[in-house]
Amino acid sequence: MLYGYLPAILDGLVLTLQVSASSLAVACLFGIAGATAKLSRSPALRGLATVYTTLIRGMPELVLMLLIFYGGQTAINRLADAQGWAYIDVPPFVAGVLTLGFIFGAYLTETFRGAILAVPRGQAEAAIAFAMPAHLVLWRIVLPQMVRHALPGFANNWLIMIKATALISIIGLDDMVYRAGLAAATTRAPFTFYVAVALIYLAITSVSIFVLSRLEARFSLGVKKVHF
Amino acid sequence: MQWQIIIDSLPLYVGGLRTTLLLLAISLATSFTLAVPLAIARVSARPWLARPVWFFTYVLRGTPLLVQLYIVYHGLAQFEAVRESVAWVLLKNAWFCAWLAFALNSTAYTTEIFAGALKATAVGEIEAARSFGLSGFTLYRRILLPSALRRALPQYSNEVVGLMHATAIASTVTLVDITRVARDVNSTFLLVGESFGVAATIYFFLTFALVGVFKLLERRYLRHLLPQQVTPATVHA
Repeated sequence: MLYGYLPAILDGLVLTLQVSASSLAVACLFGIAGATAKLSRSPALRGLATVYTTLIRGMPELVLMLLIFYGGQTAINRLADAQGWAYIDVPPFVAGVLTLGFIFGAYLTETFRGAILAVPRGQAEAAIAFAMPAHLVLWRIVLPQMVRHALPGFANNWLIMIKATALISIIGLDDMVYRAGLAAATTRAPFTFYVAVALIYLAITSVSIFVLSRLEARFSLGVKKVHF
Repeated sequence: MQWQIIIDSLPLYVGGLRTTLLLLAISLATSFTLAVPLAIARVSARPWLARPVWFFTYVLRGTPLLVQLYIVYHGLAQFEAVRESVAWVLLKNAWFCAWLAFALNSTAYTTEIFAGALKATAVGEIEAARSFGLSGFTLYRRILLPSALRRALPQYSNEVVGLMHATAIASTVTLVDITRVARDVNSTFLLVGESFGVAATIYFFLTFALVGVFKLLERRYLRHLLPQQVTPATVHA
């Protein structure tokens, strides 16, 4: 099948999925940190988070990716030079994951901020009244309850991010798209390979939509629905 | 910062900006024109109208724009029938391919936005229009579309900004847009911060300009939703 390139494409799929999953983890960390910073009392933290989300959401993913990929490498080389270290090579995988995570963390910041605000204040106040330390209030009381409100926005961002992983082929990571390009060049059948990759992406997004809608139902258990 | 190099390469960036804006404008014009009738078909009660549109938007929204662009630009050339057809004059042109891919992709998203807004129409509005004898085309032209397109404005502005950011992908198929200029300047001078910094700044201001335009549009067309100004009660003598 696919002129014998199917295994190679599927190998690329594994990389695509690894990049997506790792970027999602990084994005969630940035998102939670950003959301808590935006809701914190410190004006410095709030300002920093606002600069972060405004800057990142104001420019294309591809430009940021190129900037961080090339720029990060140059900065690390300069640092290594100044410190007298040996040459450090930033693996494209790490650069890709950090970049995607950093970018989508900005989008998730807004999602999480809205979700945290949707949790009734009394919940956190009650926990504080029981002398629960601030980080536990966040971890045990607020976060579990915000999941339900965050899921729709989270689902949206995940779908956008999955599709954005196609861009890492441009910075030279050999994901599905990159491999399809190589296979297309040797076999002179670009249509076949790019359509195959598109179908794989369609399968991933379809499965994601199914799973996330089940999760939403699960986390909304016990929430009263309005019937007209 | 090497300011001299930035200043010297600014004319290149202006050319790139022109490409980006032109691609954005023609793609948006096409997608808006296509999305309005498609959205009407999408919410139609007739399955033979609604299902194909649902399928179109599902496939285009479920696959990466980069892959769609590659299918159009690199992929179609695989078939001899395409290469020997009249359409080849157009399809071998990167501009045409980029326009086709961006317009179709944006049509899919815009159709869903407009369809969502149409579905959110208050039943009473349609009942009132019907009781006045409006139906079919007139009902859509006078009642449904004006109110649905207004409701769609905030989400549509997201789509426009998203598409503007997505045009950076056109740099992968030889179009010399802002991103391509940045990549070329970077490979000439090896100044990452300067080359991509300028590009990022331009995109940033473009984003703000677009958001500003839509804020104005919303102020005009969604005036009835503005928070009401509290005016002190006046005493009538």
